[in-house]
Amino acid sequence: MTTETITQAPAPVHSRGNRKQARRNTLIGWTFILPNFLGFLAFTLIPVIAAFALSFMEWTSFTAPKWVGLANFQRMFASDSFWIALRNTVVYALGHVPLTMALALLLAMLLNRKLKGIGFFRVAIFFPYITSLVAVAVVWNMLFSPDSGPINQFLHSIGIAEAPGWTSSSDWALPAVIITSVWRDMGYYMVLYLAGLQAIPTELYEAAEVDGASAWQRFWNVTIPSLRPTTFFVVVMLTVSSFKVFDLIVVMTNGGPGRSTTVLSQLIYQEGIGEGKFGYSSAISLVLFLIVLTVTVLQFKIQQRRER
Amino acid sequence: MTNMAEDLKASAFKDDVPLGGGASTAEDRRSSQRKRSPRERKARTTDTVIYAVLAVLVLALMVPFIWMVSSSLKENNQVLTVPIQWIPAEFVWSNYTDIWTRIPMMGYLQNSLYLAVIITCLQVLTGSLAAYGFSKVRFPGRDVLFLAYIGTIAVPWQAYMVPQYIMMQNLGLTNSFNALILLQAFGAFGVFLMRQYYMTIPDELCEAARIDGLSEYGIWARVILPLSKPALASLALLTFVNTWNDYMGPFIYLTSNRLWTVQLGLRSFVGQFDAEYAMIMTGSVISVIPILIIFLVGQRYFIQGIATSGMKG
Repeated sequence: MTTETITQAPAPVHSRGNRKQARRNTLIGWTFILPNFLGFLAFTLIPVIAAFALSFMEWTSFTAPKWVGLANFQRMFASDSFWIALRNTVVYALGHVPLTMALALLLAMLLNRKLKGIGFFRVAIFFPYITSLVAVAVVWNMLFSPDSGPINQFLHSIGIAEAPGWTSSSDWALPAVIITSVWRDMGYYMVLYLAGLQAIPTELYEAAEVDGASAWQRFWNVTIPSLRPTTFFVVVMLTVSSFKVFDLIVVMTNGGPGRSTTVLSQLIYQEGIGEGKFGYSSAISLVLFLIVLTVTVLQFKIQQRRER
Repeated sequence: MTNMAEDLKASAFKDDVPLGGGASTAEDRRSSQRKRSPRERKARTTDTVIYAVLAVLVLALMVPFIWMVSSSLKENNQVLTVPIQWIPAEFVWSNYTDIWTRIPMMGYLQNSLYLAVIITCLQVLTGSLAAYGFSKVRFPGRDVLFLAYIGTIAVPWQAYMVPQYIMMQNLGLTNSFNALILLQAFGAFGVFLMRQYYMTIPDELCEAARIDGLSEYGIWARVILPLSKPALASLALLTFVNTWNDYMGPFIYLTSNRLWTVQLGLRSFVGQFDAEYAMIMTGSVISVIPILIIFLVGQRYFIQGIATSGMKG
């Protein structure tokens, strides 16, 4: 295994040897990539491309695929359930993104100090993020139970007589899901913010202190601007994950009561796998993808402009 | 987004582990004690306040877990009481022995473990091989190919789950573990994470090994793999936990009860016996314990992995 390969050094010296070398490198490179690539090609890349193509086709479990142009999209834009799901997804994102971000930053700032045992607090706050979603959903569903759940008992005790019905009320089910997801996700974003905070040079704070800046001014004029790259990353990740929200909803409310918590991913599942409308569900997928893409590109642009 | 992840990683690795670290060194403390003692005293009261704030905060955030464990040791009718009983009046340990006969919990655990182990092994192996190809071997078309990998990470999985499902149906693989293994073991995410790490290993090392007569496979096995243990551990732990916790995959593909994972089993138990509050909480505790153990053992790798990549596809 070792003797024959001495000649493999890829240093480009002679052009003939070079070409031979390039060919050998290609071969070697592919043998490394191939085991993963075969699986990736078959089960990710091809389905991704298929999803694009399918959105312009009519195809159900009972009929053969047929090219229909934009018909799926017309039907989608005329459909009630699509707009309801889109609205719910956007509302979820509008609640989930700012709340998670603010709390994650707050926690990171509280925990960004040298104290004995601080590691324990960090680990504890991070743990919900890797707890299984089913357990999380099940526990929160009980915490939210309208009559004798701990949350409403707490609300009663602080004088709120008309406590919300949470997951059994169509107005409060989405907020309940948002609260649960913020609780679950904030530890993860806290870790990202901690890394960001630790990268800020302490000289910046010292200089600000010398200039007589108050703690609040230091926060606005040193911390926030220095964290801009982290915040950008956090916002992109949070927005993308909000638009993809799926399993939490399925386990916690299954879209109900009524359609009050149905989101786009769930609609794709119901139409595509549930009812076998492959083409139509792919059209919804495409819209989901375009939204995610637009949000990401938009935030990139904003970030670029700020840097200039 | 890629560069951003690299920046984050750089800062995270520099500071060692953002989660674990933090306690000041003895030397630090001694030197600060020597000077400015009034300030030091003020700092100590601030410390106490901070500890108090943190303790209250963490306790509040842990309420769901506390409630879960406490409820798992109660009778059903003791779970949702007014006022709340934080400590069970009588500890019902039998919940933890009864659950194994009430639902096939052992089978669920075995299924989850089987899937998580196989998928993790395949992902780590193929991911690190491919990452070596993408970072240490130069050949035409390599970067375009890598772009395809990155591109699919940006596409929400939900957007192509239907074509995947049709494909599995045609292959006759629905309702089998193989569907999930094939779908999850070759993720682009693992390749991305490992490549990020391999890029930080200097090419000169491989160069030197080549001159010493090692083949590329030899370099991968004897130089790169030993050097990338932290990254391998990160990827293995993240993949294991993701697979263990996955709900949608098994939900879509596994229909017969004997194939169910812990997550599916638990969810179905909740659906069937929604008044068995205590037993549901017992099941939840059991489903979380393996993750807790893995997390406590390998927390530093979790954090590094997250800072490297942003976790999850």
